[in-house]
Amino acid sequence: MHILACVKQTPKSDNVKIDPATGCLIRSGAESAMNPFDEYALEEAVVLKEQLGGQVSVITMGPPAAENVLRDSIARGADKVYQLSDMAFAGSDTWSTSYALAKGAEKINEAQKIDLIICGKQTNDSDTGHIGPQISAWLNWPNAAFVKRVVKADEQCIVVERLTESGTEILQLPYPCVISVVKEISNPRVRSVKGRMAAKRAEVVKWTADDIGADKNKLGIQHCPTRVVKSFSPQRNTNAVVVDGANGKEKAAKLVALLKENKYI
Amino acid sequence: MKEWKNVWILAEVAQDKISPTAYELLTAGRSLADALGEKLCAVLLGHDVKKFAQDLLDHGADAVYVCDDVSLQHYVDDVYAKTLNGMIQAYKPNKFLLPATNLGRSLSAKTAIFAGTGLTADATEVMINPSDGQMHATRPTFGGNLMATITCARTRPEMCSLRPMSYPKAACVPGKKGEVIEFAFDAEKYTSLAKFLQFIKSEGEGLDLSETDVIVAGGRGLGKAEGFDLLYKLAERLGGAVAASRAPVDNGWIEYRRQIGLTGRTIKPKLYIACGISGQIQHMAGCSGADVIVAINKDPNAPIMKMAHYAVEGDLYEVIPAILETLEK
Repeated sequence: MHILACVKQTPKSDNVKIDPATGCLIRSGAESAMNPFDEYALEEAVVLKEQLGGQVSVITMGPPAAENVLRDSIARGADKVYQLSDMAFAGSDTWSTSYALAKGAEKINEAQKIDLIICGKQTNDSDTGHIGPQISAWLNWPNAAFVKRVVKADEQCIVVERLTESGTEILQLPYPCVISVVKEISNPRVRSVKGRMAAKRAEVVKWTADDIGADKNKLGIQHCPTRVVKSFSPQRNTNAVVVDGANGKEKAAKLVALLKENKYI
Repeated sequence: MKEWKNVWILAEVAQDKISPTAYELLTAGRSLADALGEKLCAVLLGHDVKKFAQDLLDHGADAVYVCDDVSLQHYVDDVYAKTLNGMIQAYKPNKFLLPATNLGRSLSAKTAIFAGTGLTADATEVMINPSDGQMHATRPTFGGNLMATITCARTRPEMCSLRPMSYPKAACVPGKKGEVIEFAFDAEKYTSLAKFLQFIKSEGEGLDLSETDVIVAGGRGLGKAEGFDLLYKLAERLGGAVAASRAPVDNGWIEYRRQIGLTGRTIKPKLYIACGISGQIQHMAGCSGADVIVAINKDPNAPIMKMAHYAVEGDLYEVIPAILETLEK
């Protein structure tokens, strides 16, 4: 079983600051880490490897510093790591990013056949959830998104539970296929000492756009179909009415009266 | 690109019912279609779904495209995305709005690659830029800390998934006339190796948070799983449902499907009562559409005490029983 997990280096979620004057993200000094949703994806990949045998590879696309999330992946149980890094990728939207990752996956697949690609549900910086389904579209592999449980995995196929608004759907996907997972799927483990040591020594395979045979007309801010034309800070209500009173009872009575008066209850 | 015309919306069908998101998309789509002077068209995919076409016309669609086939009975990504792309190539819509539901998010993403076009995820507002007729789709990013407006200038259709409850539902005018166009399912082309095995409906009452007027939500401040018992009592009394912020879900106090916020669900009830929730941006992204937000929190400095409409400083284990008592009177 050869599983490829896709990860991204993103700003730590509790660490995002916006410049109030420009409405822009302050990136300098912001700590980065593995996108939290990718931790669940990688953990599930390692769990499946432990059950079925095989290998976990990890791929990321990002600037040179994104190598850190690949070393972290080794500490969390991955075997081989690949980084797509090239100025040609800069500013790519999800259409271009998924194209590059699919080209990277194809190259890995040529050397060693991939059975399963696992992505996190979404990233914590752009929150699209596009990448899993879009990689599968480029590769023309079947996929399922919002996967919350692997019911069964054997040599031929994987059976998964997918979360919907009103329930759970069970799907069977033959290999090769792509799943994107929600956090219910796994509990990311603590990095072992052995893993940390391995992370330091691990070789990070680095590929440019040419290395993966990507068409540069499909990459980067100049060529991707969508573009951010404006960004701004959201408006928020900051005029809460304080419901006061001498004790809980008084406050509760006042609140209920207010809600009734305004016909909310 | 002139041959690409009209505004499409995907009318999601779940468990033999039109999803409420279809009516929201008809409202959003109507404003785009009117601004462009083009038609608003709804798309129906599924099995035994043609019967819904008139309802979509009644809610403002000028035309409805239907692909009705037994192979579309359940949602399998490849089958739906290939069918949808087949329809896109045949009829060439200018803009295409899909619901940012679980189905819509994955379907829109896959379809955009097949169709070779750009997609904006989970927008909360769409409009037409009058100077060039392009769609400007605005969406929250970085956990709701930043709003970004996105365009898709060179490819068509300009696609966008729209966050549920971002727009009001379109009004119904029964008996409205319009065209219903049937699109033939191509069993040779619209295939998948994936197989749908089973659907299991979630158990429990009032689980569908998107359809209730009152939501009582608990956060870290509950302190323990049993704290939700009190919230269930209040929710039951008010005819609502129970939800949570991220911390109780991470702690295993309540199931993930009840999580409100950026990494959970977006809701838009009339009344949202946040108990022991601090009000991080990521949480507020999921509940700020509520008509009125009540915050009950021990900490007067918690962010939610400013962002709510009514702030009650106090111990929820004291305030909620007192609310229940007041309501009994």
